[in-house]
Amino acid sequence: MTRPQGDPALEPGLTLILERHLGKPHHVLQALREIQEAFQCVSPQAVGRVADALGVPLARVRGVVGFYAFLGEQTRGRYRVLFSDNITDRMLGNMELLATLCEKLWVEQGRLSEDGLVSVDTTSCTGLCDQGPAILVNGRAIPRVTPERLERIAELILAQTPMDAWPAELFAIEDNVRRRDILLNDDFQPGDALRVAVARVCVPGSEVEAAANERSWREGIPGAALCAPLSTLEEIKRSNLRGRGGAGFTTGMKWEACRNAPGKERYVVCNADEGEPGTFKDRVLLRAHADLVFEGMTVCAYAIGAHQGFLYLRGEYRFLLEPLNEILARRRAANLLGKDILGQAGFDFDIDIHLGAGAYVCGEESALIESLEGKRGVPRNRPPYPVTHGYLQKPTTVNNVETFCAAALIAKHGGDWYRAIGTAKSAGTKLLSVAGDCARPGIYEYPFGTPVRQVLEDCGAGAGKHSTLAVQISGPSGVCIDASEFERRIAFEDLPTAGAFTVFDTSRDMFEVARNYAHFFAHESCGFCTPCRVGTAMLRDTMDKIADGHGTAHDLAEIQELDKVLHMSAHCGLGHTACNPTLDTLKRFRPMYERRLKSLDFEPAFDLDGALATARRMTGRDDAGAHLEMEP
Amino acid sequence: MNAPVEAKKKLRVATTSLAGCFGCHMSILDIDERLFPLLGLIEFDRSPLTDIKHCGPCDIGIVEGGICNAENVHVLREFRNNCKILIAIGACAVTGGLPAQRNHLDLGDCLSEVYLTEPGLENGLIPNDPELPLPLDKVHPLHEVVKVDYFIPGCPPSADAIWKFLTDLIAGRTPKLGHGLIKYD
Amino acid sequence: MTDNTFLLDGEEIPFQPGQTVIQAALAAGGYIPHLCYHPEFKPHGSCKVCTVKVNGRTAASCTLPAQAGLEVESDTDEINDLRRTLVQMLFAEGNHFCPSCEKSGNCTLQALGYDLGVMTAGFRHFFPDRPVDASHPDILLDFNRCILCELCVRASCEVDDKCVFALSGRGLGKHLVVNAESGLLADTDIALTDKAMEVCPVGVILKKRVGFAQPIGQRRYDPEPISAQALRDAPRPPAGAGHCAACEVEE
Repeated sequence: MTRPQGDPALEPGLTLILERHLGKPHHVLQALREIQEAFQCVSPQAVGRVADALGVPLARVRGVVGFYAFLGEQTRGRYRVLFSDNITDRMLGNMELLATLCEKLWVEQGRLSEDGLVSVDTTSCTGLCDQGPAILVNGRAIPRVTPERLERIAELILAQTPMDAWPAELFAIEDNVRRRDILLNDDFQPGDALRVAVARVCVPGSEVEAAANERSWREGIPGAALCAPLSTLEEIKRSNLRGRGGAGFTTGMKWEACRNAPGKERYVVCNADEGEPGTFKDRVLLRAHADLVFEGMTVCAYAIGAHQGFLYLRGEYRFLLEPLNEILARRRAANLLGKDILGQAGFDFDIDIHLGAGAYVCGEESALIESLEGKRGVPRNRPPYPVTHGYLQKPTTVNNVETFCAAALIAKHGGDWYRAIGTAKSAGTKLLSVAGDCARPGIYEYPFGTPVRQVLEDCGAGAGKHSTLAVQISGPSGVCIDASEFERRIAFEDLPTAGAFTVFDTSRDMFEVARNYAHFFAHESCGFCTPCRVGTAMLRDTMDKIADGHGTAHDLAEIQELDKVLHMSAHCGLGHTACNPTLDTLKRFRPMYERRLKSLDFEPAFDLDGALATARRMTGRDDAGAHLEMEP
Repeated sequence: MNAPVEAKKKLRVATTSLAGCFGCHMSILDIDERLFPLLGLIEFDRSPLTDIKHCGPCDIGIVEGGICNAENVHVLREFRNNCKILIAIGACAVTGGLPAQRNHLDLGDCLSEVYLTEPGLENGLIPNDPELPLPLDKVHPLHEVVKVDYFIPGCPPSADAIWKFLTDLIAGRTPKLGHGLIKYD
Repeated sequence: MTDNTFLLDGEEIPFQPGQTVIQAALAAGGYIPHLCYHPEFKPHGSCKVCTVKVNGRTAASCTLPAQAGLEVESDTDEINDLRRTLVQMLFAEGNHFCPSCEKSGNCTLQALGYDLGVMTAGFRHFFPDRPVDASHPDILLDFNRCILCELCVRASCEVDDKCVFALSGRGLGKHLVVNAESGLLADTDIALTDKAMEVCPVGVILKKRVGFAQPIGQRRYDPEPISAQALRDAPRPPAGAGHCAACEVEE
């Protein structure tokens, strides 16, 4: 199919971007993201050029643009301001700030200003809950938005100051590390773990030696050369390390399954798509401990025999890209990446960073792999699992940022050292992203088994006027607990968590918390399967109906039914857990729902009187007959 | 029909058509000679067949048509308040149907095009007499406004479907249509 | 029980290695209601209508690999209630006005609704605004009825080697797009003879000027319910041919 040549306004920047990705269909998302960043949109002409240059059908490229929240075929203005809309941002008054900014800029939320200069809207949690409310301007994160800072931002936009000329101070992001344990305290130097790993030898007569000899025959590698990787794998297994992304799969088993999967090429993927509302620990690890992350990935590559790794970085963390690339360059220079790492013949491994573009579901490992391949981030059918059929259908190990950090430390200090920390079923420590109603939000590292009460004390929750009402553990897809449960422990066997720890005090309305999360799931559903696509939207609408004062006991029963349907049939965890925040809060804070309900067992599904507003306006009528009561 | 049912007092039934075409009522009449045994079991309250203007206490209310204006809401509520069992009959009552095909249009645009800007109109005016019910911005199925107990889809449902449904209901069986009788067109 | 059989509602179902539960079941005369599954295409698993319960857990039977000894429950009240709800969700999501649809009587969604006893969508209707694409001289696209099964996407890519269709948007905003910069079907290379023209289970992809050709009573699902017909259609061999290199990135 022939197409007219592209818009001259796009040249030559577009050509430069396309040249980098020419003929690489897996780079669709990366090319689109760069185009979006350069031109603030991916115009239909640009979609066509990407399709031609990368060799992907145009409709499919368009499908990718339509999937990711940060991409769009229409321009959203020279300045696109997105307010992070996690519940913690709400609690810090983000909606009032948003309204103020809209007023200053003469723009309506979600609409492009008439002069095409600016648009203002909301976006899912940007991972700055410890220093909110946060915004993104053209993808660049600005924390701690106050009315004063907002005033300056509005002036910069109205003066059309290029983003590069904005004061750097606006973009300053704190790490806010409040409690360190073995991970954050380690005096780790780049190469520490790898040097130990490559020096490991087989204990004569050990199981590892037998395995190395057996595999040597199968994999065509001298047995001695397999001793160090397999011994490293053995240490990971011995450590009892479990995945830190939330599901808690045993890391050693995952690595071993990947190593054992048939096929020559293997991949290591680091999941830095930290999208769970309320979590931000990976942001801090990637800023302050990136070498540990990359070293963990390299240890994994060594243990499973991979030569290529990817760090999938959420689009919201775009500001980390350049610093991370610098660290990768330093590691290459130090022979900690590249060919024959640390002089070990055949130990070749390198890491590319891929950026996401606003899609929570890409945190699901198979969706993340689809996204890495440049496609819509839709979770795959499983089985087969990524360890056998991952990136490009090749064996792939996907682990969380924190898991790789822990793996690097285990490679350095040994599995026995690690498993001695924490509890029997949950070895090691866990980083918590503490935010919400507390005096000291930030990162807290604890050994597993620490009770919630301890965390609350340390972060200064309940120290002020209001005591602590509830804690949302692990974000909306986790669990909400109340004060009677604060002795429960952070551990896989009690309160498993991906890290979010959001505190609510007695001034908060837990119904509104759940409603915020319901909106989040509806916004982030990928739309692949019927139950989640339709069900999350229904949940959102029902919560809005209750908020508007039209809810009934019937609506609450409907939510219970919806939950059953989602649990039985949704394609992935997003759908399975979408009703959890609502049902958790309904169980623990039922009066917060009930006081909003009508006593009737049925209320219309929509606002009857509101539905007459257009006709009233058009006819100029306002008599009694021109109105409808919700209750007859 | 079973004798015990016949021995009972006749069931009182009301019917009406809201944003509908009376096609479902025509289909009720299409049950033909079976109307005679049916009338042995039921008697009509408010209905186009009786010309009773308001619904009194009834056992069964049968409502055809969707909800397109304020008056529809009032009538539907009258039925819901008076009928022990409320049945939505036909595609419009069940889904919004043909009138709901306007739902993707803006009501304001519709009114101004029809009454103000249509070529050939002079001194156009949108009717604003308080006697006239105001249109809702969208047309809705009945179950979005009141609780509905049973649904008989079809445009219209066939006479056989209506007969089967009502005789099941009157005999105390859970109405079940099955292949050939359940249809949406 | 032999090595290569599993139980479907207590009936023994033989299977070939590589078959999924629904493939083996349909081939052996065991009906499992389904919508986005089509015997000629790779299972997709998005509509979830074919969900079954296996050893206490639920799974889409179209993507679930058959394994010896599985105990599959399908025709139970619990599972049929779930299927009914899923079909209701699809009716509430789009604009499905059967009386004016020329696919009525030949529509899989409608036939499933009949067979499952769906009397109403039940939920609040979303009434989305989905303009039709009538740009093509011979083909109409009425997106109002789209259930996002991706059969046309799969047929156009895997069989026609054209990729005329793809999906864009996400969540409730997910929608079909066509392979033209203008976004119009007229500017794609779709042809009436394409496989993609045959596979739409609902009334989205329609040939112009042939609507309502079959009288009521003679349409596909008039004489017999879909459960009876699906079994007759089941053992069709996969088409296989026409792999689209551009569509599948290094499968």
